[in-house]
Amino acid sequence: MAAPNLQLDIAHMLAGGLVLASFLLLYQNRIFALLKVFALHSLLLSVAVAWQADIQGAPHLYITAGIAVVLKVLIIPGALYQMVKRLGIHREVETVVGIGPTMLAGMGLVALSIVLMLRVTETADTLAREDLAFALAVILLGLLTMVTRRNAISQVIAFMSIENGLILAATGARGMPLVVEISVAFSVLVALIVIGIFLFRIRERFDTVDMQALDRFSGERT
Amino acid sequence: MIASLLDPIAPVLLIPLVAAGVLMLVPSYRLGARINIAASLLALLAALSLFATGPSTGQLLLVDELNIVFIALNNFIGFTTAVFSASYIAHEVETDRLTPRLLRFYHAMFQALLCTMNLALVANNIGLMWVAVELATLTTIMLVGIYATEQALEAAWKYFILGSVGIALALFGTILIYVAARPVIGEGLDAMAWTVLITRAQNFDPRLLNLAFVFLLLGYGTKAGLTPVHAWLPDAHAEGPTPISAVLSGLLLNVALYAILRFKMLVAANQNAWAPGTLMITMGLSSLVFAAFMLYRRRDIKRLFAYSSIEHMGIATFAFGLGGPLANFGGLLHMTMHSLTKSAIFFAVGHVAQAKGTQRIAEIRGLTVTHPVLGWGLVLGVVAIAGLPPLGLFMSEFLIISTTFAREPWLAVPLVGGLLIALGALILRLGEIAFGEPEGPSVPVHASYVPLFAHMALVLVAGIYLPRPMVAWFEHVAGLLG
Amino acid sequence: MTWDVAVNLAIQGGQMLVVLLLAPLLTGFVRKVKARLLRRQGPPVLQPYRDLLRLLRKEVVLADSASWVFRVAPYLIFAATWVAAALVPTFGLGLTFSWSADLIVIAGLLGSARFFLALAGLDVGTSFGGIGSSREVMIASLAEPALIIVVFTLALIAGSTQLSTIAGVMESGAVGLRVSLLLALVALIIVAIAENGRIPVDNPATHLELTMVHEAMVLEYSGRHLALIELAAFLKLLLYVSVIACVFAPWGLARPDAAPAALGIGLGAYVGKLAVAGFLLALFETSIAKMRVFRVPVFLGAALMLALLGTLLMFVTRVR
Repeated sequence: MAAPNLQLDIAHMLAGGLVLASFLLLYQNRIFALLKVFALHSLLLSVAVAWQADIQGAPHLYITAGIAVVLKVLIIPGALYQMVKRLGIHREVETVVGIGPTMLAGMGLVALSIVLMLRVTETADTLAREDLAFALAVILLGLLTMVTRRNAISQVIAFMSIENGLILAATGARGMPLVVEISVAFSVLVALIVIGIFLFRIRERFDTVDMQALDRFSGERT
Repeated sequence: MIASLLDPIAPVLLIPLVAAGVLMLVPSYRLGARINIAASLLALLAALSLFATGPSTGQLLLVDELNIVFIALNNFIGFTTAVFSASYIAHEVETDRLTPRLLRFYHAMFQALLCTMNLALVANNIGLMWVAVELATLTTIMLVGIYATEQALEAAWKYFILGSVGIALALFGTILIYVAARPVIGEGLDAMAWTVLITRAQNFDPRLLNLAFVFLLLGYGTKAGLTPVHAWLPDAHAEGPTPISAVLSGLLLNVALYAILRFKMLVAANQNAWAPGTLMITMGLSSLVFAAFMLYRRRDIKRLFAYSSIEHMGIATFAFGLGGPLANFGGLLHMTMHSLTKSAIFFAVGHVAQAKGTQRIAEIRGLTVTHPVLGWGLVLGVVAIAGLPPLGLFMSEFLIISTTFAREPWLAVPLVGGLLIALGALILRLGEIAFGEPEGPSVPVHASYVPLFAHMALVLVAGIYLPRPMVAWFEHVAGLLG
Repeated sequence: MTWDVAVNLAIQGGQMLVVLLLAPLLTGFVRKVKARLLRRQGPPVLQPYRDLLRLLRKEVVLADSASWVFRVAPYLIFAATWVAAALVPTFGLGLTFSWSADLIVIAGLLGSARFFLALAGLDVGTSFGGIGSSREVMIASLAEPALIIVVFTLALIAGSTQLSTIAGVMESGAVGLRVSLLLALVALIIVAIAENGRIPVDNPATHLELTMVHEAMVLEYSGRHLALIELAAFLKLLLYVSVIACVFAPWGLARPDAAPAALGIGLGAYVGKLAVAGFLLALFETSIAKMRVFRVPVFLGAALMLALLGTLLMFVTRVR
């Protein structure tokens, strides 16, 4: 066995923790707890990014980490929290599939992403390989969360967790230009505004943000 | 940044951007509509001037033979749609479906959409292009939901969810491309620039490229409305304002397909990677056949043409997947002709829906009797979109089919089958809508027929005679696509 | 040569006695700490020994419907558990029988003990025994896979399922920081809590029909049979604590062929670890409520998920 590399191990641990947090998101079925887990998810991400900024010697990643903290640990969960309170949404979120099959499917996705990414990235360095594998796992878990939830808020949180996975991937890809990352962050912010407007309008129209209520309109007109 | 302001490309981006800002502040919707038209015209002129200045490459922006025609097409249809939109919204205000306040927002978003689509087309950076497509998506989501009816909100939300999933996959693919490029090109902006990537692609890790292309095809394919990730498209087309449906079908789908094309060129430049064609052929054909069958069961006129857009995007994707000069030529021509025809159809459909007060096909009858100009315009459009001679889409479909027969005869079976099925559905529906006894209420509309017939005239001309320089240009670009 | 063998055998025998003697003490200690945390006086730490002795002196009462299975089961359960507990390295590595101290063997021994216990619960034909057995088997069907997957993770890290080897690798510091290990630890703790019938899965101190699992199965036992089953339960708790200590806190374990002083240090460290673990267990149990039986699969499912995730993450690091 190779000598342990503590720097890599910590990076591995933080990224692995992000995958674990994604599982928590997948498991959690109460909205406020979901928001807290999402804040934790983002916090783990920013710590992971900051750590990689340190070991890669890439100071611009600190900015990425800073943006993640401000935007995704504080502003977005805070804004969503306010929205949930003002909209008076039911606290429990209906899931479409049972928790057991969901979790197993999640495991399958993690296994898939690890196998896939490790296969194709043999030429890349260890850090990038691990980051990409974990990032794909986070993205796929986010997608799974999105399809197993009916509630608009949980879908939004799942969307944001996918963005977190993407940032992890971008971090692992050493030297991705900062301008790209800033614009990604900007687009997420715009997305949040769009979401906010829509949540209020949906609520106004339907008296609920349960997407199942919306479904009944689609059968009619196909 | 300062230098890039003096760039010949800059006006294409700055004019809509400034116009969007100004339109946000203009209270009168009539004035807003005029500014909208004027700004679109200016942007069109700026886009046409690019033909004069020729290709140029910057660090972030780029004009080359491939995207210049898309930029011109984008701004041309942007302009005609702005003209159509002026007469369309006047009616919407009269019937109280939209308030002047909302129209301020609508006009600003319209220009913002044109700006982001132009940015996606001229971006020389795969990251920048991604951001532009994402912003264009968010803008259209706002526009689709503008009526704030249950159906519109549902459509917008569905679009948001599926669109963001697609866009996330596309970003992951973009990152993978960067990961593949970094060892060869080095860190920084160069490893994301088209112009640099394409020259060095043969040294990239082929497995990374393969995987990246799968993600990119799925991601941007969602935007282009390819099956199986098309579900947002019919809803978004049906529930938004009709000018937006025209822009969605005519332009945004093109932008997404343009992105796929760029990445296809990149992957094709690496001999060790899989041929990207197989995937594109599969997705293209399945979109075509699926949409062709779905056409039969439509009850909503805008949904009908939305599915027809899926079908035509499938054909173009198939053509590019097949590759080779002739198929690529056909694909490019098809994209152009489809944009012109489909937006023209939506111009007609918008007024039809206003005249009849409904989008339900069952309640629209005998249009050629009640509204002869509009009715025959729609007939012309549907004949064109169904691929009948002598219009432009016949030409492009003929090219694609003949090259398929020559090279992969087996693939021609589903291709021709899908086209015939779609043709049957469209003719069947057209018969119900355009001919027969008029039915239901109908009000006269103050339609502006100029955009509709301008598009159809172009399509007709292209079907009969393509000017020599244009053919040369298409052939040149088709050669570039490989 | 023969002298060495004799010494080694003596040490191994010593280990068997140590676990047998310490097991009731650990349970007594946990009970005492729990009582003190609740500001009660609590029974003396040595109370479990007295209970066992009292039970051993008492007459065995057998139900009319009991078959030979019912009578044989306590001995088999006790034997299997004792052997399993004695195999885990407690104070020293490389004992005579440590080649057989394989995690899979231990899981197998515990599995057979559980099998007999469930059988005995069913044998008498009372409804309580049946409830207990069915619940026990339900818990086991989730806990055992989790345990096996944890073993798998450990085997990936250490290259062996043998506890001595694993402990050696862990102690050497070559492993570094692994999120997989953390996940495996959490999963193992959950499995341990479930298998030993501790709060929140089962409450060893109650005979409430709605909640009990283990107590329901042994309700018909009396006298020396009950003493053996109780002792086996004590041993099982000790065993899980020993396994966790051996894998995740292998400090102080005496090396093979170490001086007697090292063995003494190892023993001291072991008792210290048991005390810490017992205290933490008591603290955990007092701070948490018993969960409803149908929530237990979710709880154990979490262990299964964590263990699986740990294994998956382990595969990522193997590529280095």
